[in-house]
Amino acid sequence: MAGEQTSTEYIQHHLQNWTYGKLPEGYTRYDGEVLTESTWVSAHSSQEAKDMGFSAVHVDTLGWSIFLGALFIFIFSRVAKKATADTPSGLQSFVELVVSFVDNTVKDTFHYKNSMIAPMGLTIFCWVFIMNAMDLIPVDWIPHFVANVIVGDPHFYFKVVPTTDPNATLGMAVGVFLLMIFFSIKQKGAVGFIKELTFHPFSPPTKGLGILLAPVLIAINFILETVSLIAKPISLGLRLFGNLYAGEMIFILIAIMFGAGFLLGLFAGVLQWAWAVFHILVITLQAFVFMVLTTVYMAMAHDNHDEH
Amino acid sequence: MEAVGLVYVASALLIGLGALGTAIGFGTLGGKLLEGAARQPEQAPALQGKMFLMAGLLDAVPMIGVGIGMYLIFVVAPGLAG
Repeated sequence: MAGEQTSTEYIQHHLQNWTYGKLPEGYTRYDGEVLTESTWVSAHSSQEAKDMGFSAVHVDTLGWSIFLGALFIFIFSRVAKKATADTPSGLQSFVELVVSFVDNTVKDTFHYKNSMIAPMGLTIFCWVFIMNAMDLIPVDWIPHFVANVIVGDPHFYFKVVPTTDPNATLGMAVGVFLLMIFFSIKQKGAVGFIKELTFHPFSPPTKGLGILLAPVLIAINFILETVSLIAKPISLGLRLFGNLYAGEMIFILIAIMFGAGFLLGLFAGVLQWAWAVFHILVITLQAFVFMVLTTVYMAMAHDNHDEH
Repeated sequence: MEAVGLVYVASALLIGLGALGTAIGFGTLGGKLLEGAARQPEQAPALQGKMFLMAGLLDAVPMIGVGIGMYLIFVVAPGLAG
């Protein structure tokens, strides 16, 4: 472990992702070396990460989210291939439990015909749950193992929970948003989609003198509906991020106590365990909420508003 | 009134007011669940499931506040002071 490190440095070290990006020509790096041309490097401090600008990529978020997604697909597809109608094995019963749970939840919410929604719900629930569950691993173990054993640089940044990175959660939310728009236009046509944005909730008069008021009402409708439309993916992404970031932050804060002597270290161990048990509820709940909200938004996209 | 002090006050307001609203919201939600379960005990599991869904939604805004508050306290404030 790095020698003398203040608690603030410890916290900030654990909050920084492994950032790979391009530093511009003439930039002075942490060791004083001045770059003669723009180079692609891993950031050595959060200042360098900030100066990388748009070209920066969080390699640990990408790596862990892809790895955990592949793990989920691998486990579930293996169980599906070996599924028997006889007495199921433990793993098969578990997978059947999860699939039937997601199936029932989607059936309760989504009443239209689309064969993509339930598998998407299963993917979202299981993937987000596995990514969140990485938060339960003690906060120092994997980063220190990677930094000291694999890379050899104790300063190396490595975060293992992809959903604490707002890029990951907002990326998923933007994906859901694009699907919402795609399905809306597919179900209602582009004209129907625009009509939904401008004629609800106040339906503008189309006959008589009232028609002069129509542009005003359409403008008001458009503002209200657009705000409501944009708020959906933003709240979806930030809800998951906020919950996981706060949880990870508290784990890090409790972990600081481990450096303060034996008794406080023992107390910190108990606190970590208690917070982890509480956090199990938050992890599952947030995965469930993400899945249900996605299904509800898909149902709203398919809804033709005929009954309004 | 230095900038660092203001950052801490802002973060405290963020977290505190969020917690206040959520506490009242959760209390009302739980009370309604108990009332509903007392009226129709056979609906209790279904109601509980829906309550957890609402709890997850209710959690969202204060959690975003807590996330931003933590970021302010541990990243912005030391950045200003250091």
